[in-house]
Amino acid sequence: MMISQLFILSSKGDHLIYKDYRGEAGSDVIDVFYEKVTALTGDQPPVVMSHKDLHFVHIRQGGLYWVATTTADSSPFSIIEFLNRLSGLVKDYCGSLSEKAVQMNFALIYELLDEVLDYGYVQMTSSDVLKNFIQSEAVSSKPFSLFDLSNVGLFGAETQQNKVAPSSAATRPIQSSRDPGGKSEIFVDVIEKMSVVIGSNGVLMKADIEGEVRVKCYMPSCSEMRIGLNEEFSVGKSQLRGYGAAVRVDECSFHQSVQLDEFHSHRILRLCPSQGEHAVMQYRLSDELPSAPPFRLFPSVERDSAGRLLMYLKLRCDLPPKSTAINLSASIPVPRGAVSLSQELSSPDQSAELQLQNRTVFWKIPRFCGGTQLSALFKLDVPGLSSASMLEVGPVGLSFELPKWTGTGLQIRFLRLSPIHPGPSQRWVRYVTHSDSYIIRI
Amino acid sequence: MPYLSGKETVKELRRALSNPNIQSDPLRYRNTVLKVIRAMSQGVDVSDLFSEMVKACATVDVVQKKLVYVFLCCYAHLNPELSLLVVNTLRKDCLDPNPMVRSLALRSMTNLRLPSLVEYVEQPLTAGLRDRAACVRRVAVLGWAKLHNLQPGSEIDGAVVNELYSLLRDPDPIVMVNCLRALEEVLKDEGGVVINKPITHHLLNRLKECDTWGQSEVLRVLQRYQPQSEDELFDILSLLDSFLVSPHPPVMAATLSLFLSLCSGLPAVSQAALERVRGPLLAACGSGSREMRFTALCHIQLLLRSIPGLLGEHYKRFFCSYAEPAYIKRRKMQVLVELVNDENVIMILDELKGYCTDVNTDTAQAAISAIGRIGRSYSDKCLEILTGLLGLKQDQITSAVVQTIRDLVWACPQCSDAVSSALEGCEEVLQDSQGRQALLWLLGAYGERISSAPYTLETFIDGVRSETSMELKMELLTSTMRLFLCRPAETQDMLGRLLHYCIEEERDMCVRGQALLYYRLLQREIEETRNVLQVRRSDPSMGVLIGRPPEPISQWVSSFNTLEPLQRCSVEVESTSRGSPEHLASIPKPNADLPDNLDCRKLEMVHLGSDGTAQRLGGPAGLPAPGAEPSVTLSLSPPVTPDEFERLWMQRRASHTEQESADEGANGTWIEDTIRCGAVPHCSPQSLHAAMQLVNIQTLAFTPTHTLPWKVFLYTHTLRADTSCSTLVLGELLYAGELNPKRSAEGEMEGNEQTQATAAGDKEIKVTLWQQPHDVSALRVFLSVLTTVLHTLSSEVA
Repeated sequence: MMISQLFILSSKGDHLIYKDYRGEAGSDVIDVFYEKVTALTGDQPPVVMSHKDLHFVHIRQGGLYWVATTTADSSPFSIIEFLNRLSGLVKDYCGSLSEKAVQMNFALIYELLDEVLDYGYVQMTSSDVLKNFIQSEAVSSKPFSLFDLSNVGLFGAETQQNKVAPSSAATRPIQSSRDPGGKSEIFVDVIEKMSVVIGSNGVLMKADIEGEVRVKCYMPSCSEMRIGLNEEFSVGKSQLRGYGAAVRVDECSFHQSVQLDEFHSHRILRLCPSQGEHAVMQYRLSDELPSAPPFRLFPSVERDSAGRLLMYLKLRCDLPPKSTAINLSASIPVPRGAVSLSQELSSPDQSAELQLQNRTVFWKIPRFCGGTQLSALFKLDVPGLSSASMLEVGPVGLSFELPKWTGTGLQIRFLRLSPIHPGPSQRWVRYVTHSDSYIIRI
Repeated sequence: MPYLSGKETVKELRRALSNPNIQSDPLRYRNTVLKVIRAMSQGVDVSDLFSEMVKACATVDVVQKKLVYVFLCCYAHLNPELSLLVVNTLRKDCLDPNPMVRSLALRSMTNLRLPSLVEYVEQPLTAGLRDRAACVRRVAVLGWAKLHNLQPGSEIDGAVVNELYSLLRDPDPIVMVNCLRALEEVLKDEGGVVINKPITHHLLNRLKECDTWGQSEVLRVLQRYQPQSEDELFDILSLLDSFLVSPHPPVMAATLSLFLSLCSGLPAVSQAALERVRGPLLAACGSGSREMRFTALCHIQLLLRSIPGLLGEHYKRFFCSYAEPAYIKRRKMQVLVELVNDENVIMILDELKGYCTDVNTDTAQAAISAIGRIGRSYSDKCLEILTGLLGLKQDQITSAVVQTIRDLVWACPQCSDAVSSALEGCEEVLQDSQGRQALLWLLGAYGERISSAPYTLETFIDGVRSETSMELKMELLTSTMRLFLCRPAETQDMLGRLLHYCIEEERDMCVRGQALLYYRLLQREIEETRNVLQVRRSDPSMGVLIGRPPEPISQWVSSFNTLEPLQRCSVEVESTSRGSPEHLASIPKPNADLPDNLDCRKLEMVHLGSDGTAQRLGGPAGLPAPGAEPSVTLSLSPPVTPDEFERLWMQRRASHTEQESADEGANGTWIEDTIRCGAVPHCSPQSLHAAMQLVNIQTLAFTPTHTLPWKVFLYTHTLRADTSCSTLVLGELLYAGELNPKRSAEGEMEGNEQTQATAAGDKEIKVTLWQQPHDVSALRVFLSVLTTVLHTLSSEVA
């Protein structure tokens, strides 16, 4: 893999970072790239584009274009993986990924680029090794404050029973832990993404969960860490353990730094986390959920005597009563030509609007407790509504966040650092499930 | 900070950099340097500050040093003299006790890219190779590659190469991988680093120490190794097995590439390897990064070409998720089409049906055409969905459905009955010309079964005055003519009106020409008209395409893990955006389904290349096996206007005759050739034109029939499916009459088989072609198509 040039552009095409590794093409190709990428039509895949002998490979992260150019026919897997890793490193070092963060930390990013690649070849991308070479200090775009509790989505788990970790706690540059005053903290996040399709007859047609255990480490010197998973955790179809409800996944892979000698007997992952953010374990469960899918919809769509379209939607949350879904948004495609919407919602904190250009009704529910049911009645004025255009209603897509809940039931039993780190250190375990794609057909 | 223009910024910065107060305060000095770099990366030209920045690099502050080096490497080529000063500082830094400073200095020195400084750099680089610190050795190794590329023609220093080879045994894995990279570049002319048995085994044994980047690099280089025995091969394979299921996609892909190249003679092992990577590839398809997901999808498409059943049971992984961008959804649908089998077809169609009403019209159209593709094997279910979608009466959906139905009927004529009944009423909904053209084609082709066809055409004919699309009018003419042939009583009147309008009032010459052609055809015998207008309702070669046999892995292995699969535009769905399927007919394969009497290979092609020597392009022996023939399609877009054609033709002709041995590159290539065939000069220009259009060759000008010399000018574009390279071909056919008895006598003497043909009245048609850019194999396909057309025509006329 030879990368000829590397540059980062804002979404508006401003040059943020540009580094030429091999002197094979001029800096004018930046503008060529931006022209090309903005002129693409819908059916042209954007990831790889060519200009004369030069290939542009780019990814979008944090609203920025991360572009590598190459003249040789390199491996797309490598370049894309590298660009992803680079954006991950920048995020680790700058605290967050945005145009502003990149602009403020450009010196640090140039330093990174200098160490990560030499003559277009990847040298090292591990933040543990890199930290010895990076001298610049990150400039945070927001001052870090423990009292910023704007997002209630993330909660501490059993290690810190009563305290709540603020969401911004994990969006800070890793280097700040170098200061003597910096806190040494470690976050273990279990993040799951659900993709579900429920048929119009209520049958679960597809249910997949992709999950990962991510470790964000802000410890200046890391000791060994042991993460204990549920003892009844099992991989594959045949293997069942213990007598309790099994926590099962189909496939499971680990970061190369994870030692698995205690995994088979006690479900313990042993690792020495490096600074920054890493996925230590990734797993996947296909076609089977241990519990009922979290949401069910009971729709009825009909035409009233005045020729309006009536949609009566009942949405039930099948989570356990202690759990809550937040930021739920349902999008309901409606027939073309819909002009206006009137609504009756079951509680005042909900809202709904009709977006004409997408011909979609968005129904937003900020909080939704497990075991409850909400309903909405939408009346749409659609001139020339025919019975055929009723077919255009749906499918309904839900997006939501389920804090403190995992679809597979995976739990972290304990989190131990050994030897015990001197000084104050904090350990956090957080669980969250997002909707990757939750579709209910009507 | 107030906004300053470039010049003022530079002035301001220079004042600050040379201010002694700032220079004495390390923090302020560093901040000023920072401002310079910031301006630089925003695109301001700060090269004037070079001398001030050179001074700023003499500092103990490492951050400042790094910043200054970023600047210097960017602008050194503009100030070679001042750069000499920098080299002194850098050489001093190379002796610094801190290894980080040493490596930084060495790296910056080699990044200055000044050939004049090479002599100063060599000594520290040599020292760097033996440095105690691995990070310095890493830089030094690559430094030699940079140095070598700075002086392309220079001698390779044998001692350095030896030293680099010995550093392959360096304890640091990154140094080892860098050595491989450097040797590959330094020895590029000799075919790269030598991969012999000891080196291979050494690299394989240390593979586990490398990080993922190093692993994929080593695996790539190892592709050149040929194991000496089967035992060794299997030892290597079992060593690599764990890398095949690596969770890191780059390592997995590089290992698979290596596996496939090592096992090219062992199809069973290759197949097993492909099945083994299924898991990691599927995981990459669900990766959080959408670009990675896209890359994996494109590579899965490659794999499916050889093992269609590889992922049949995992079809649900390719269901589109709600928030995915359209380009990923499109690829997923293409994969889904490939995965269809008896068990999952209902689920897949159900899912695709859901996408047909997607808010994004691109996605909706892709879903509709995907259903059409599945319809070639499961026509009933798909037609049911497609006709159901017509009920929505949405213009875009209807247009996509009608186009899809047209393509489907073209591939499976047996569906036509079901289609005929569904088309009624569509014309009221259709808005765009693509969809209406498709409808017109269907009405023309199946008019006798669609009871309302004449009335539908009549509405089109009544509105023809306000119609702007030339293609649509031509399609309308053809369809009305065809309908007239099967239902004359109902159509006669409106055909008359249409022809009258097109001949008397239409301003587009193509439409008018076609109307005149039809008018004259009608004046002749009706049977002749029928012959010309006979509908080709399907492409006989399509039958073979449906149950497509698995391709050998060797067909795509060279593009695996390269950028090519990602760049290829949608493979199968292009038909929706073009004209009638007749114009789309794929080029007959050289050997596949041509009857013997159309044998096109009795041609003599003489290539008058730049060297002036005649070179045989392809005779019966010169043609490669059909499997190796690149698949080339012809297309008419972008169109070449007659004016443009004339200009290009005359200009190139002139420059060609002026300098016989002109360079081929820029001006394209001239090729002359003769095709023997029968009575082509006697057939009507219209049927020639129509026949050429059928294979996407556009004729631009003719001489009338029976005149001598008889000439035709034509053009087309060739498009290679594998590399998507396209070329423009302009051509002239010339028949000068029986002016060359000597030549035909020669023909008679050539072989017994040909004697008979010549006796039957074969004529030699001289073909002059000009192609740009030069592409022999595409031209060969073009010539064989052209020959086939001419043979067919002459057999019809005879």
